[in-house]
Amino acid sequence: MKQGPFDRGAIDIAWCPGCGNFAILNALKAALTQLGISPEQIVIASGIGQAAKMPHYVRTNVFNGLHGRAIPAATAIKAANPGLTVIAEGGDGDMYGEGGNHFIHAIRRNPDITAIIHNNMVYGLTKGQASPTSSLGFKTPVQVGGVTEEPFNAMAVAIALNASFVARAFAGDVDQTRDIIKAAISHRGFSIVEILQPCVSFNKVNTFQWFKENSGYVEDSYDPSDRSAAFNRAAEGGKMALGICYVNSERSCFEETLSPYSEDSTPLFKRDVDMAKLARLVDSKRQA
Amino acid sequence: MPPAVVGKNGDISVVLCGEAGQGIQTVEQILTQLLKSSGYSIFGTKEYMSRVRGGSNSTQIRVSSHRVCSPVDRIDILIPFDTKALEHVRGRIRADTVIIGGKKELFPAGGADHFNCIDIPLSEIASQVGGAMYMNTVGSGVIAGLFSVDRQRLDDFVAAFFGDSSESVIEKNRDAAARGYDAAIKIIEDGRIRLDVSANPEVENDILMNGADAVGIGAIAGGCDFVASYPMSPSTAVLVFLAFHGDEFGIVVEQAEDEIAAMNMTLGAWYAGARALVTTSGGGFALMEEAVGLAGMIETPAVIHLAQRPGPATGLPTRTEQGDLQLAMYSGHGEFPRIILTPGSLEDAVYLTHRAFNRADKYQVTAFILTDQYFMDSYYNLPSVDVSGLRTVRHIVETDETYQRYFLSEDGISPRGIPGFGTGLVAVDSDEHDENGHITEDLDLRIAMVDKRLKKSAALENDTVPPELIGKDDYSILAVGWGSTYHVIKEALTVIGRDDISFLHFKQVCPLHRSTVEYLKRARVTAVVEGNATGQFANLIKLRTGFDVHHRILKYNGLQYTVEEVVGRLSKII
Ligand SMILES: Cc1ncc(C[n+]2csc(CCOP(=O)(O)OP(=O)(O)O)c2C)c(N)n1
Ligand code: SF4
Ligand SMILES: [Mg+2]
Repeated sequence: MKQGPFDRGAIDIAWCPGCGNFAILNALKAALTQLGISPEQIVIASGIGQAAKMPHYVRTNVFNGLHGRAIPAATAIKAANPGLTVIAEGGDGDMYGEGGNHFIHAIRRNPDITAIIHNNMVYGLTKGQASPTSSLGFKTPVQVGGVTEEPFNAMAVAIALNASFVARAFAGDVDQTRDIIKAAISHRGFSIVEILQPCVSFNKVNTFQWFKENSGYVEDSYDPSDRSAAFNRAAEGGKMALGICYVNSERSCFEETLSPYSEDSTPLFKRDVDMAKLARLVDSKRQA
Repeated sequence: MPPAVVGKNGDISVVLCGEAGQGIQTVEQILTQLLKSSGYSIFGTKEYMSRVRGGSNSTQIRVSSHRVCSPVDRIDILIPFDTKALEHVRGRIRADTVIIGGKKELFPAGGADHFNCIDIPLSEIASQVGGAMYMNTVGSGVIAGLFSVDRQRLDDFVAAFFGDSSESVIEKNRDAAARGYDAAIKIIEDGRIRLDVSANPEVENDILMNGADAVGIGAIAGGCDFVASYPMSPSTAVLVFLAFHGDEFGIVVEQAEDEIAAMNMTLGAWYAGARALVTTSGGGFALMEEAVGLAGMIETPAVIHLAQRPGPATGLPTRTEQGDLQLAMYSGHGEFPRIILTPGSLEDAVYLTHRAFNRADKYQVTAFILTDQYFMDSYYNLPSVDVSGLRTVRHIVETDETYQRYFLSEDGISPRGIPGFGTGLVAVDSDEHDENGHITEDLDLRIAMVDKRLKKSAALENDTVPPELIGKDDYSILAVGWGSTYHVIKEALTVIGRDDISFLHFKQVCPLHRSTVEYLKRARVTAVVEGNATGQFANLIKLRTGFDVHHRILKYNGLQYTVEEVVGRLSKII
């Protein structure tokens, strides 16, 4: 097979055969390739989990940090060097459970990064406990009587908080997933892409077939700028909406609001401290 | 009646005490500046309750003919704003403490005669001006008058200080200050009081700052261009300082949603080439611990300012303690090296914070600056802090296609590339990783990577700030301290006045300087003086050197030592 710019060659991939993550990997690499961004200019930050292993399988810069903490790291990477394209990636447990607070506040902060959340409705890496998105009644070795907690509806939360870009994809459709990721990365502001991902080893309920039957793309007439319609769609039961659910291009993104970049886009590492100014600051402590 | 002569060797301790919300802090700000620019050396420190209104808080301002940098028990002039305030400091009132205030206000049930009280009815004067809210400015005027501050200077200063307020508030404050001033002049002219202190024009142009300013200045000198933190007393003052100067120096300032985010942002920022600081306290730092381990694993530099307060848990939020040495020392799971710096003076805070940035970058480790509430909130004047020689040294490399973030080098330090600078790729991983930064479970590689990380310890040990010996070399008694007790122990030794006692002050406790044990062995008697209940530094010395210090002088009631206290407790063992 021909090597693409983001292929790492013959590496050992730790996912189970048949896992939905492979399709997401392909969609992501295809999106980055089509966007024409060079690997040196991209950072994929991730947490811990099966999904969070993603950056190891893409030829680019990697910040594989802690479980739940990809978003704060990614936010800071972008703020330190706004020229970089920054992606934060992880599973539903990673992003909505351990990192749920960061997810919410990133929506408020609106950094120009893309969050890709693999939603397999289960904890894969730790072998099958419930995740924040597991369905009611979902039985696991821990939730022995089945899940009793209401599943976390990230799309509705994001739209309620007036997120900048909210989309959902299905790993079963690589081309659509690729296009949604492309749109998310191209969007200025915090872009959320939740990808429905079958876990063949630990989720025997929400299978490929189940996802296929229980999701559907928004129709062509759907207006992603209509917030209340988008919220209603996200909040109502029934089939999970796929596609670009909500876009708000009005909000300014985090880096734009930071004073170091108000007149100068130079990344922080290329700047120097004005020591004469610092000496004046020290001197200002002489006066009352 | 002859005038009460106030002061000892040209050094006067003024204490103001009142409820939160009565403006004690405003008085402190006005007076420290005003008295310093009138030629007095100043030391100001405060103790306050964790509440916004009510309670009893006090501020001590030492006003002196010579430099003073530490708190004393002694109160020469006490200005209580209410009866509760009087109770709050009762134990420190001596026969010669002059209490200035309204006799009727302070002693409604009588009894003023048991004290050396000079009647200036602050609250009555304040209501004549326009209300109780002006009491603090009346008090400022009184003290300015007592110290013969130029009347015009006071007026100008007060006008400028309240400059952002409405015209009428400015006028009323000027009036309040003037009335307080006149009342003070009157008691001097009436022969009721005489102050034994003289101004020295040399200090008029000194700089005046507190520990938070000093850490902030050191951070900027170290190239700090990013700060993400979550508010928590007493560490917030540094965040506020950097926010205030953020535009001027091009600093990204972000209040994170929690400390976990703050610390992970700090690491993301360093990874991408910034020089980030996080400032935190107690429980806030406890939340950051996992990311301290991440820093150790991915060998991304980090600078953490940890301003200690008494714990565990919420403890005493606005008080001081040196109780988090162990926490900093052992924070984060797994084994990896770190640097812990413990400034004692304001100069230390500037230079060590600057150093923290350069050393964290050079060795790719976390550098801690350990201060405490007392250090953050205390002010004094000093001739200058020379920042002209300080440089930001960046240890990042431009990468090429062959770049490996964790190249197994001789000394364990792999050249640090950052994304977007060069043609290489930079991968870091909290999992055990190979030289390229990718996840591995190769157990031989695991050993190589652990060894690589730990090898940096040897280099760190060769680059440690030595302890400072104060006093003669041929001591027989050695007092040992670290961090914020520097000045108080130093002054206590001057008071004791014996030339066989010296003081060894540690400005870096990790790695511990290798000269430590030699210093200790030379003494007949050793005593560690520290602000915690278990002697954490004494334990550390024992662990690292095998040396058992003879005495542990400990304090953990939430307040800093005073000079008298150190004198008293050291005297018992020598
Ligand atoms: C602080 C912390 N707590 C717990 C874990 C263990 N852990 C690793 S991954 C994971 C959850 C994985 O689920 P998810 O994020 O949905 O990812 P998936 O494996 O399903 O892709 C947990 C609990 C950890 N690594 N760190
Ligand atoms: S456990 Fe599930 S999510 Fe993880 S690799 Fe296997 S199939 Fe995929
Ligand atoms: Mg999952």
